[in-house]
Amino acid sequence: MKKHIIYSFICFLFLGNIFGQQTPAPKQTTDYSIEGATAHLGNGKIIENSLIMFSNGKISFVGSANSRIARKGKVINAKGKHIYPGFIVANSSLGLAEIDAVRATRDFDEVGSMLPHIRSIIAYNTESKIIETMRPNGVLLAQITPRGGIISGTSSVVQFDAWNWQDAVVKLDEGIHINWPNIFSYGRSSFGGARSLKPNEKYSENITKIKEYFEAAKRYLASDKKTKNLPFEAVKNLFNGTQKIFIHVNGAKNIVDAIDTFKTLNITNIVIVEGKEAEKVANLLKKNNIPVILKRAHRLPGNEDEDYDLPFRNAKILSDAGILVGLGMGGDMERMSSRNLPFYAGTYAAYGLDKEKAVQIITENNAKILGIDDKVGTLEVGKNATIFISEGDALDMSTNNVTDAFIDGRKISLETHQTKLWKRYSNKYKNQ
Amino acid sequence: MKKLLLLLLLNVSVFYSQEYFPTNTGVKTTENEIVAFTNATINISPTKTIKNGTLVIQNKKVINVGKNVNIPKGTRIIDLKGKLIYPSFIDVYSTFGIKKPKRTPRRRGRVPVYDATRKGYYWNDHIRPETDAFSLFNFNKKEAKELVNLGFGVVNTHSDDGIMQGNGMLVSLSSNSSNAHRILEEVSGNYLSFSKSSKSTQAYPTSRMGAIALLRQTYMDADWYQKGNAKNTDLSLEALNKNKKLTQIFNAGSYLDALRADKIGDQFNIQYTILGSGNEFERIDEIKATNAKFIIPVNFRKAYDVSNQFWAEQISLHDMRNWNQEPANPAMLAKKGISFALTTHNLKSKKDFTKNLQKAITYGLSTSDALASLTTVPAEILGRTDIGNLNTGSYANFLITSGNIFDKKTTVYENWILGSQNIIKPIKKDIFGKYTLTTNGKTYDVSFTEKGKKVKADIKLGDKKLKSNFSFIDNWIQLTINDANEFVQLVGKVTDTKTIEGTGKNSFGNAITWSALKNDNSISLRKKDKKKTKTAPIVQAVSFPNIGFGNYTKPKQETILIKNATIWTGENDEVFENSDILLKDGKITKIGKNLKSSRAKIIDGTGKYVTAGIIDEHSHIGTSAVNEAGHNSTAEVTIEDVINPDDVNLYRNLAGGVTSIQILHGSANPIGGRSAIIKLKWGENAENLLYKNTPKFIKFALGENVKQSNWGDRNVIRFPQTRMGVEQVYIDYFQRAKEYDAKKKSGQPYRKDIELETLAEIINKERFISCHSYIQSEINMLMKVAEQFNFNINTFTHILEGYKVADKMKKHGAGGSTFSDWWAYKYEVNDAIPYNAAIMHKQGVTVAINSDDAEMSRRLNQEAAKTMKYGGLTAQEAWRMVTINPAKLLHLDKRTGSLIEGKDADVVLWSGNPLSVYSKAEKTIVDGTIYFDLEKDLEKRKAIKAEKNKLIKMMLEEKLGGAETQKPSKKEHQLFHCDTE
Repeated sequence: MKKHIIYSFICFLFLGNIFGQQTPAPKQTTDYSIEGATAHLGNGKIIENSLIMFSNGKISFVGSANSRIARKGKVINAKGKHIYPGFIVANSSLGLAEIDAVRATRDFDEVGSMLPHIRSIIAYNTESKIIETMRPNGVLLAQITPRGGIISGTSSVVQFDAWNWQDAVVKLDEGIHINWPNIFSYGRSSFGGARSLKPNEKYSENITKIKEYFEAAKRYLASDKKTKNLPFEAVKNLFNGTQKIFIHVNGAKNIVDAIDTFKTLNITNIVIVEGKEAEKVANLLKKNNIPVILKRAHRLPGNEDEDYDLPFRNAKILSDAGILVGLGMGGDMERMSSRNLPFYAGTYAAYGLDKEKAVQIITENNAKILGIDDKVGTLEVGKNATIFISEGDALDMSTNNVTDAFIDGRKISLETHQTKLWKRYSNKYKNQ
Repeated sequence: MKKLLLLLLLNVSVFYSQEYFPTNTGVKTTENEIVAFTNATINISPTKTIKNGTLVIQNKKVINVGKNVNIPKGTRIIDLKGKLIYPSFIDVYSTFGIKKPKRTPRRRGRVPVYDATRKGYYWNDHIRPETDAFSLFNFNKKEAKELVNLGFGVVNTHSDDGIMQGNGMLVSLSSNSSNAHRILEEVSGNYLSFSKSSKSTQAYPTSRMGAIALLRQTYMDADWYQKGNAKNTDLSLEALNKNKKLTQIFNAGSYLDALRADKIGDQFNIQYTILGSGNEFERIDEIKATNAKFIIPVNFRKAYDVSNQFWAEQISLHDMRNWNQEPANPAMLAKKGISFALTTHNLKSKKDFTKNLQKAITYGLSTSDALASLTTVPAEILGRTDIGNLNTGSYANFLITSGNIFDKKTTVYENWILGSQNIIKPIKKDIFGKYTLTTNGKTYDVSFTEKGKKVKADIKLGDKKLKSNFSFIDNWIQLTINDANEFVQLVGKVTDTKTIEGTGKNSFGNAITWSALKNDNSISLRKKDKKKTKTAPIVQAVSFPNIGFGNYTKPKQETILIKNATIWTGENDEVFENSDILLKDGKITKIGKNLKSSRAKIIDGTGKYVTAGIIDEHSHIGTSAVNEAGHNSTAEVTIEDVINPDDVNLYRNLAGGVTSIQILHGSANPIGGRSAIIKLKWGENAENLLYKNTPKFIKFALGENVKQSNWGDRNVIRFPQTRMGVEQVYIDYFQRAKEYDAKKKSGQPYRKDIELETLAEIINKERFISCHSYIQSEINMLMKVAEQFNFNINTFTHILEGYKVADKMKKHGAGGSTFSDWWAYKYEVNDAIPYNAAIMHKQGVTVAINSDDAEMSRRLNQEAAKTMKYGGLTAQEAWRMVTINPAKLLHLDKRTGSLIEGKDADVVLWSGNPLSVYSKAEKTIVDGTIYFDLEKDLEKRKAIKAEKNKLIKMMLEEKLGGAETQKPSKKEHQLFHCDTE
């Protein structure tokens, strides 16, 4: 015990003195058995008084604590606590900017409009101080997405405890992101007046441009490719279905147009991002197995006359319509707010969605949508031991209190730049 | 011909020469012709009409009018049998003949201008009361003709530029005249607005509240100047003082701005005449209470094209309603007894004036009110009795019409201005009816009917209809009849409509004569309205505010008994299980078990929670402006001047259990503006939202925003640009305020300065500071500055590094109002931590959790709950951070913020534990009145859907009926944060 304190003290000194991040945990060598917690499996089911075991980075047992089975390795008594698969945030730009107002730290929006060859992963900063603040809330994985333009670029999925981006990758270059044109555009009505929304005269023209771009790519890919075309090379996996197209689109008409356009192009591995009014075209989405990554719940209704709680009810509405629903970020303060992901899910639960379904949205569903459900997203034998334990219900801010977190079985630090300052200044007053 | 032209020239020059001017074009004659208009229906004024009357004019004026009028010998007599005479219209809000100055072009990378560009005038370029309309005036014949054709005879024109715009002038629209005659008054009316001058790019004021403060200060300075206290010459203030007695006409705009303008006037004993925008009906009681006369545009919007469903969904109920309600605005104003003039101002095309005026009448405006609004009311606004009526002695400005002037079918023939004729449409003989035409040995039946603006002829021979060609111009008939391929061509001038005679040619080219005799018993065949009188249009009811989720009837205070709930009083960790709470007369009357009240509305609280309403210390909703960024200190502005009670976010806040908010000025400058502290009484007007005897607050700010760090590279000239400079701003201002206050208290004369008055209030501990702050160094600095001047900083808001100086804050006595978990959006929040609230709290600082955001403010309960996660506060500690603690910080804790008998009944009923993400507010009560009710909200949603459907149907009818429509558009709802420019 004494040794432990000394170790912690040394560790604290060390960490406190470097302007840096949490040191990534070493590979799992000790087995873990977590006993007694309510296990939220991520697939909509729970096991009360559960036993979860994992070794070598993989989950080896998921079942009841009543099972007469040998506990392996270190046993954590988690009675009264909750255990979850690591939460996954989709459509995030974490690690691509550190401080919004400081231009030098912004790396999420490249010049140009058709940039499928732009890859987020190489700019992904594993040592971002913002990323480490995700972990104490249970958010352990993310899709790192570039922003801007029409085709923003290519995203990758990462986990949040790595020395560099190569180590962080869970799935490399898994999707290409496109911002679908809007049927309305903003124009300044009068000098200095409020902006006003007017029908976008160039809507169909813009769609044609997108279509022609991909048709040109298709022709190129079918050609002998004597002269390399980097952007066109970058979209090749869209056509063979191994890469997904994430269409950032709002409005029933736009969604229909978008799906129609890409189906005509034979690009069928489609994900809708944001998807305002997706419920109006639920049948089309269901028929084509197209999931929707919702924008975070904590936002204002889009129109003055909209129900105050429409953004809160969104998940319930889509889920009832039989659509696979995920949850992502985007918009103002998206990076620092990503840690609130569990509470967005909690809000959906408050407004009609079953609580376990709300968990499912940020675990299994997001994993499926991002194509990483073979590795993460549920508490299942054989999956990565990317899990965490919370003192209470992790979707509720008053009870979310992560005591232990593991990524691939590695017990990760829950310290952050912020906890260090907290401790430093708490100690300052204690010692005064 | 040449001779005629010469004669005309002579005539004009003689008639309009100035009498004492020498003439070198011939014999000097004086035009003194008397003209009498007989047998007309004369509308002398909107309330006085004589039938078969005579109007006699001479020398620009009416010399006699009445039924039995003596017509002097030699009078030119014009018989107007069957015609009507009206006084010509007056437009009091005109820019006729005065060009709007071109705006100084905005160049990219332009450095902002903070100083005035003129010397010898007021310090602010947008105050231009010295502008004289006459010096800018250039009679514009084309514009004049357009107005004359609409029926206008006189306009009061001015330069519509700047906040104080200068004086106008009263001018008649007589084209065949010169300025020597047509200008009726060279200085008439003094004009103001809230908009800056195009002639200058001086930054101040950047906001509505800045413009309001500037007007106030200018009036005060004018007073100081008039008393001879100023040491310099100021031509602006001199002009302002000189024109004080003129009618003061304020171009306000929306009803909210109209009320704001009137409030300024009240303070300085000026009753403005207010130019509105057409939405006055949305708060008609408040408009009435201004006692102002109004000038109202008639620019009704076209129906939206809702045939495209995707577009239609973007149009707000408010916009749809406005399309339906706007045309009823004049009628509603008249019904309320509000005196108003109509204007052509704001019309995209002046031609729409007549059409829209007729529309207003269809929507219930009486024709006599309509006439008054164009004649007597504008005359009264200008203090004139000699225009807008046809009494003896008034100017001979009048219209000759075929019927009621506001009737669609009526033709306006002539518009006489200053006794001079302007023909709009020549008077034609009325030949409508059936005639028997005899010519060439044959007898035809002819009927003349009206077709549009033309006359149509139908010819029959017996029962057979014949082809024909017909025209009727200048009372000349030209008629060609095709009678079995024989062409008969007839021509003749109508002098007597009973018998028309003329000559012609038969098909052989031989001259013939013809005559047509009117069938005596043929009634006039002027096309009657087929659709008779349309049923009066349906006008949607106005709600308060007039948007979706508004209230048709204001919610009433009730006696309410909530039974068997878990009650968190918010004081001393008190939790009462299974208890009751009684609210009566707007107060919390009792908390206990088994309470009874015979009259109370009983609400079952089983399984539910009751708390005090949430208070947001830092909000920017419900306001039309947030930052006055034109100076580094703007203590003279106040959010109270620009409260917007129509913001739907007020309602959404109620749905999140919020009952009180402080609307703060932004953080654009070290010394910001004064706050407004309001209760969310949804539907009430701006004044009623404010707390009575509001505690006085002001916003200060530190850090990146005030030194303009993130404003772009061109904003590098306003002092201060560093934290070092910020300190000096404070010391300088407080020092001056101290000296100012000392002078004021000494009884010496002093120039009243709103800014320094406000700062002196701070020194005198009558006003409290809420200071936007991040970094510990500057937090420390401001406390030191305050201590130097012997007062305290009441609240540091945001205070993200408060945890670093919590002990010093405690010692100083400052509170902290912070975000739960925001950080990393700019450099100075790099060390912001979510544990901040907990650390400050543990050091004994009074801590609140605030929003600064329209979205977050509706979930402050959840934000408070985060202090349990970050820092381990108890539920009761967390809850106090959004109730009693902000109440303390706002000095409202005696009135609200916790559930104590005697306090205001600001109460929320929650579905569950209010700190849980799973709970929601079911009822939000302010002063004992339920302003949000989840069940009522569901009803409102249904009502919105139904009303939208109804209006869409009405607009589709309009479109399919062939009316012009407009593409949908939607104004962006501007959301403010601290750093919104």
